[in-house]
Formats: sequence, structure tokens, C-alpha cells
Amino acid sequence: MYVFEEERKSYLKADIISTVEFNSSGELLATGDKGGRVVVFQREQESKSQPQRRGEYNVYSTFQSHEPEFDYLKSLEIEEKINKIKWLPQQNAAYFLLSTNDKTVKLWKISERDKRPEGYNLKDEDGRIRDPSTITSLRVPVLQPMDLMVEATARRVFSNAHTYHINSISVNSDLQTFISTDDLRVNLWNLEITDRSFNIVDIKPANMEELTEVITSAEFHPQQCHTFAYSSSKGSIRLCDMRQAALCDKHCKYFEEPEDPSTRSFFSEIISSISDVKFSHNGRYLMTRDYLTVKVWDLQMENKPLETYQVHDYLRGKLCSLYENDCIFDKFECVWNGSDSVIMTGSYNNFFRMFDRNTKRDVTLEASRENSKPRAILKPRKVCVGGKRRKDEISVDSLDFSKKILHTTWHPHENIIAVAATNNLYIFQDKVN
Amino acid sequence: MIGGMDAQSLISISLMKIHNSRTQRGGIKLHKNLLVSYVLRNARQVYIKEKYAEIYRMQQYEEVMTVCNEIQELNPLDLDAEEADEEERSRGEESSVCGAALQRGAAQPAALCRTGSAVSGCCPLEDVGKDPEPSYYRSCCMEAPPAAPCDPFTGSGGAHCNKTTVLDLDTHVVTTVENGFLHQDCCCAPTGQSAAKKRKVEFGCCVSDLDDVPDFTRKRAKREDCSFSDYTDTSNISNLISIFGSGFSGLLSRQADLEQICSKQALASLGAWTRAIVAF
Repeated sequence: MYVFEEERKSYLKADIISTVEFNSSGELLATGDKGGRVVVFQREQESKSQPQRRGEYNVYSTFQSHEPEFDYLKSLEIEEKINKIKWLPQQNAAYFLLSTNDKTVKLWKISERDKRPEGYNLKDEDGRIRDPSTITSLRVPVLQPMDLMVEATARRVFSNAHTYHINSISVNSDLQTFISTDDLRVNLWNLEITDRSFNIVDIKPANMEELTEVITSAEFHPQQCHTFAYSSSKGSIRLCDMRQAALCDKHCKYFEEPEDPSTRSFFSEIISSISDVKFSHNGRYLMTRDYLTVKVWDLQMENKPLETYQVHDYLRGKLCSLYENDCIFDKFECVWNGSDSVIMTGSYNNFFRMFDRNTKRDVTLEASRENSKPRAILKPRKVCVGGKRRKDEISVDSLDFSKKILHTTWHPHENIIAVAATNNLYIFQDKVN
Repeated sequence: MIGGMDAQSLISISLMKIHNSRTQRGGIKLHKNLLVSYVLRNARQVYIKEKYAEIYRMQQYEEVMTVCNEIQELNPLDLDAEEADEEERSRGEESSVCGAALQRGAAQPAALCRTGSAVSGCCPLEDVGKDPEPSYYRSCCMEAPPAAPCDPFTGSGGAHCNKTTVLDLDTHVVTTVENGFLHQDCCCAPTGQSAAKKRKVEFGCCVSDLDDVPDFTRKRAKREDCSFSDYTDTSNISNLISIFGSGFSGLLSRQADLEQICSKQALASLGAWTRAIVAF
């Protein structure tokens, strides 16, 4: 009985979704999980005969991207968990994506096959090699139609470049290079070359005892191929220009908001650590997520954010218990909608929040099977912070901290969002009248 | 107390997290350990501040007791009255010149007086033959006179050198850094008669004797280690404390003016030591 429980637990754990990402057209949605698998969903073509099935997403391809490995030199296990997936823009019939675990980045080609060659000379129909002495005539193999098969092949493996755990990857707008980032370094790769990478940021101190901050995320500018930004555990963001120097240790912009001394606590350093950084689609803004807030920064203003949104400020008084149960280390992501007018991020109890930057309105929604049937409209949720709890409100103490939404993604053009709630993926679309 | 958790609890929880991270799948997470070390540093700063405040209050208490002694010596006619008062005090009642003098000070010294620790100050050598309550000695030792500056520890602690081992993940170089002085053993509360007597005599004779001071503060550090090791496995905590390299005992200062210097030194070294954990 005990063994059964253990196995079940590990089975479920491997199913926990660790990343979600739409491709640049929104046609495909990829998810990575703790078991090292990638599942790609494809949007159905909208058909006139079934207008209510307004382009649903179905499984398109599933493959094992990373396997658990063991580093014998350091005597440690390398987890197969997929930390990040990034799509390359489509250039031909095949789709390409980068997936990474803690140590290795892989380029996958996902392609369709609906024909297969038949009539080989040296192989028979079952694939067995024929004895050359039995071949008396030659024929040209022909392509015969077959059932559609989607296959994923690893085209490149970018390995052995990171001593610390990779936390992010980002494809450059030049479509030739990408960066991979670990706790202390950012490496620049060419998509064609796997045995060499350039280190462009290195914040490792000469003496590790003097370490004060680590890199938490990095991203290329959406249009400027020479610009990238990286966030730190101290709550700052640095913008770097690769044209300035080979090693971008000197930033050209430094974004940081001074700490409010009145809110100082034991956990100030933890809650100010940035867990995600995203450029807006128009390239004019940066968005950062720390434990309690989302901030939008204007690239032209370094000393303070343009906007600050409180995600779940009611947790400020619970930091001690959140520290005890490790929830305070959760890394929430944030995402822009296609027009950069709305931002979204996750919270606990399977809640996720959207903030409209123009109207300044915000909404809390819940991703759960119990509360939403297919095609049902999501009801806004509210957390009661004190005083009398109204009906339909949920009190802070009732929040389930094991149900967290860390990963979300927004369709590049439409109002379709994908939300990962532990081992479940929810896809929500705008209401159709 | 912040959010139901005090500095000591946070310290022990943080140390447990660092300890557990060593056996986590996927290797040590640098980011998480760095953040935990910040919490540890913050909690230790608060803990040390509280200790400084306590020591400062003790200092005031000591000064008042010294004045009491001087007053007694100048007024031998009051001796009988004093003895009677001391007996009352040892029964937990407050009275007399000493008691009054203490009451003028902070509330804490007065509380200490009530526990009977004041008695030793008032009549240093007379009670050698007595056999007071064990609790009396415990509190007596806890209220040890503040230590001399941190340095004497390094001088006398040759045999107890403390090491922090740092593994550089890039170069695979293992560096061992030695510093300070810390007892690895976490002792139980002192109960032995001989130990108690020894302590008492030292306290009575030489309050400001530098040689004895490290002894007291060492014992005090041991007790402090014990108090939050109740939270978790004793050997784990003592090992982790040795990893840190500087115990709370190293941070006590005798005078208020030295306090500033010592605290700066201490906090500077704290930063280094807490970050050393990260390299694990």
C-alpha cells in the first residue's frame, strides 16, 4: 500500500506543468512538465459547420524532451523538468522550439509526415535488409499517402555551458541567436553551433562568500537584436547593449525602485526578488513580477516603475508561514496581452489576476474544474481581507496554497489565455456573442 | 515577535532549510539558499540587537549592584539588615537598598533580582557553603558579565578553530576558511554541583576578570544553542552553527562604545559567513 502511494505521488509530480508558451502565430501551444515531456496543442481550423467549436486546442504532438541525468563529477542529479520553452518563428512547414532543463537546451523540430516512401530495393516491406544477391531488378521508390504523423526530432543539443541552473532562454529577433541564463551567467548561442557559446554576462564574484545577488531571468528586446534585459534577486533590472562590449557586465540602464523602509521585514529580500521579466510587444515597456506585485517600467525611466499592481497584498501579513512552507519562494510569471493593454499573472488557490492598464480595473478569476464547466463564463472572485466576509468571497485563511498558478500565456493576437494549474491546463477564450 | 515567529525560530527554520537543500534532487539551488541566508542574517541581527539590549540592561544592573556593594562596605551597621533582606529575596521577595536600587533600573534587572541572582552580588563570598536552588545558578550564569572584545576568543580558541568549507562549482576548488571560536558541543543545562560552585566563586571574585569572562560567555553560547536546538536535531544545528563560523558568543561586548565597533565587525563577518552557506 505504501509503495503504491509512493508511485502514485511520483506519477502525479511528473505531470506538474512547469511551462506554457504560445507560438508566434498562436496556432500552437506548448507545455513542458516536471517529467521532461513536451505536449504541443494545435488549434483546430474554424469550421462553418461547427461555429461553436471556435478553434479549440487539441493535442498535436507529445515527446520526451529531457531525461534525468547524473553528473558524476559533482555527484548530483540533473532534473529533467522543463524550465522554459520558447518557439522560433515559423520559416517553413516545420515548427521549431527550444526547450531547456537545468543544464541543457535542445532545439526540436516538429514536422508532419503524411507520405512515406515505398518500394525500396535494399529493404523489404517490413524493413528487413534484403540479401543483395537476391536483388535482380531495380525500382524507384514512390511516395504513398499515409495517416498523418507528427514527429519531433532533436536537431541541436546545446550542453555543457552552465554550471548553475538555467532559469530562462530567449530567442533573438535576428532568429539566429539565443541566450540561456543561469544564476550567475548569460550565454549567447548561435542556433547552428552547439559546441561553442559566448558568455556575455558574468556576475560571479571572485570570492563566492561575497555573493549578494543572482540573475533570475533574461530576455531579448523584441525588436532590437542588440538589447537584452536581465533581472536580479535584489529587485533590479539591467538593460544591456551587446554593441558596447563583448562582456556586458556594464549595463546601459539600471532599473530599481528604492525600498520603502516602513515595510522592512525579515523577508524583504525574498519578496523583492524578481521572478519574471517580460518586454512588452511594442518594446517600450518592461514588466517584472516579484512576490507580491507586478510592475510596469518605462524603458526611459529608471528610478521607479511606471505602474505597480498589487497581486495579493493580503499575503503580506502571512509571510512567516509562507516562509515556513516554502511558498514564499514560488516564482510567478507574468504576461502581456497582444496589444500590451492588459497584464496577467497567477496567484494561489488557482486564482489568476488580470490588470487593465488603461481602465485601471482588475479582475480575479479561478481555474478549477468544480467552478467552471466547458463554455461557462468565469465568475470574478474576491478575497476577503478582513471584517465581514460576504457570500462568494473567500477568506485569506481558506486559500489553498498548494494550488498555485505560476505559468500563464496569452495568445499573441486574440484573447485566448492558457493557464497551468498544477497538472491541469486550462484554456480560456473571450466570450462570443 | 513578528507574525507569530521570533528571531530564534526563524534562525532554526532557516538552518533546517539550508541543511535539507543539500539532499534535494537537482542539487543545491543557489537562488533559494541565498534568499534563506538573507533571512538568517536579518533574524540574527534582530537576535543580536535583543541580546545587546539585554546585556546593556545587565550592565546597568551590574553597575547598580556595584554601587550597592560600595554602599554596604561604607555602612557596616546595615549588614544585619541586608542579610535579612537577602534571605527574603532568595525566597522571592524584594526589599532593601539593593532591591530599591534595582527597581530604579530597568524592569528586567528587578526581575533578575527576584530570581535570586542579585544575592551573589550583594554578598559575594558568604554563600559559598550554601546550596541554593539549581535555578539560581542557572540564572546567575546567564547573567554573565559582558565579555571583553571579541578577540580574546581567537587567542584562546586555538584548539577550537572553526572552519567554513566553500566549494567553487566552476573550478572545483575546495577552500577551507578558518575563523573565530565556537563550541560544537551543545551542552545541557548545567546541573553539576561542582560546576555550579565553580561558577559561583568566579562570579563572586572577579566580575571583570577577562580570563573568566570567555568561560561565562562560552557557556552562555552553549545554552543559547541549546534553547533553539529544542526546535530540531541538536547535532544538525550545532554542525550548521560551526559551518557559520561565528557564534553569538563572539559578538558580546563589554562596553557600550565597543558595542558599535563589535557589532559592525560582527555584522560584516555575519554577511560573509551567511553567504558561505550559499557555496555549499
